[in-house]
Amino acid sequence: MSDTITLTIDGVEIQGKPGQTIMEAADAAGIYIPRLCAMDGLVPHGSCRVCTVMVNGRPQSACTQPIAPGIVVDNETDEINAIRRDIVDMLFVEGNHFCMFCEKSGNCELQAVAYRLGIAAPRFPFQFPDCGIDASHPDIFIDRDRCILCGRCVRASQDLDGKDVFGFVGRGSEKRIAVNSDAKLKDTNIDVTDKAVEACPVGALLKKRVGFAVPIGQRKYDHKPIGSDIEQNKGSL
Amino acid sequence: MGKPKLATTSLCGCFGCHMSVLDIDDRILKLIELVDFDKSPIDDIKEFTGPVDIGLIEGGCCNEENVHVLKDFRKNCKILISVGDCAIDGGIPALRNNIPLKECFDEAYSTDNRLGPAVLNPSGKVPNDPELPLLLDRVYPCSEIVKIDYHLPGCPPPADTIWEAMVALLTDKPVALPYELIKYD
Repeated sequence: MSDTITLTIDGVEIQGKPGQTIMEAADAAGIYIPRLCAMDGLVPHGSCRVCTVMVNGRPQSACTQPIAPGIVVDNETDEINAIRRDIVDMLFVEGNHFCMFCEKSGNCELQAVAYRLGIAAPRFPFQFPDCGIDASHPDIFIDRDRCILCGRCVRASQDLDGKDVFGFVGRGSEKRIAVNSDAKLKDTNIDVTDKAVEACPVGALLKKRVGFAVPIGQRKYDHKPIGSDIEQNKGSL
Repeated sequence: MGKPKLATTSLCGCFGCHMSVLDIDDRILKLIELVDFDKSPIDDIKEFTGPVDIGLIEGGCCNEENVHVLKDFRKNCKILISVGDCAIDGGIPALRNNIPLKECFDEAYSTDNRLGPAVLNPSGKVPNDPELPLLLDRVYPCSEIVKIDYHLPGCPPPADTIWEAMVALLTDKPVALPYELIKYD
């Protein structure tokens, strides 16, 4: 068996290694596929569907789908970006995303993906759900208004911190992130240095007393779209 | 044919977006060459003088007067633009959207010291003058009341965003804003 697999993404032939997902192979080739629930170092979850690509004409999540010889992948097409836009629009209206006073603004992956997709405003009616805040812990707080249920804190706490602090409760629009004790975040063994705290793509899980540490204009996504770092590797393979 | 007409209003907003319009600095002289201001707090014209080409809406709808003004703008403006996050998604005022209206009134007007008072209000009564517009049950984004043609996000949108969009519309070019001019904060 050969140790490289050749596939095509948006008409460009790239090489991948057996066992890689489409997203891993694309990253290595300098092709950015938008994502929210996928994160380096975590087992893919395949839940946000923002990384949806067409594989031989069928929609698949690039973070979970393994590469195979000769597959034809469509990534940056109008059709797929329309799907991604709908997903991101829904994430915005299903939460309470007040970017104007969120400490994560400018470094937020949800916001950055929306910027990259060129979203000026979501096209669905806003739900204004009542989600709740847990500020009981001295160093960390959960603002469920901003949570997009990506599960990155759940996986990071389990797999990287070995703690199992977070889990999901409820179903459908009632689904929320919860801590594994019946009580509050302060009753768990979470620590401010845990990887789970860093893993949050939005402002749902934040350290206290950091606030707006980086001025506007110097934040991660102020000038360069999300994925620019991956696209810098373009043509390196 | 005269110059195109521009109208602006602030509904449930803080006038920050109007400040951002003024923040185009000396380009406002150029803007005046391009357009005539109609109904707007900038020139203090209270009523529409006739059909207007572009209407800029700041703020969402928190009371019945906001809805009336917004519908008036839709009727009179060929192109209607939501300017800023309040117009687009309700913004800061929409923080009250999952709090029952009665609790909001209690917080503001009750004489119960545990709840407030936020204002000196010895009677404890909620103001009920017929002149006062009735509050809506929640704050509504403009696009949930009327059709909105363009959205300029930001709190406020950068002056350059407003300027670029205005110039594009007034010179019949597509509104294609660069990455750095679409920001939600």
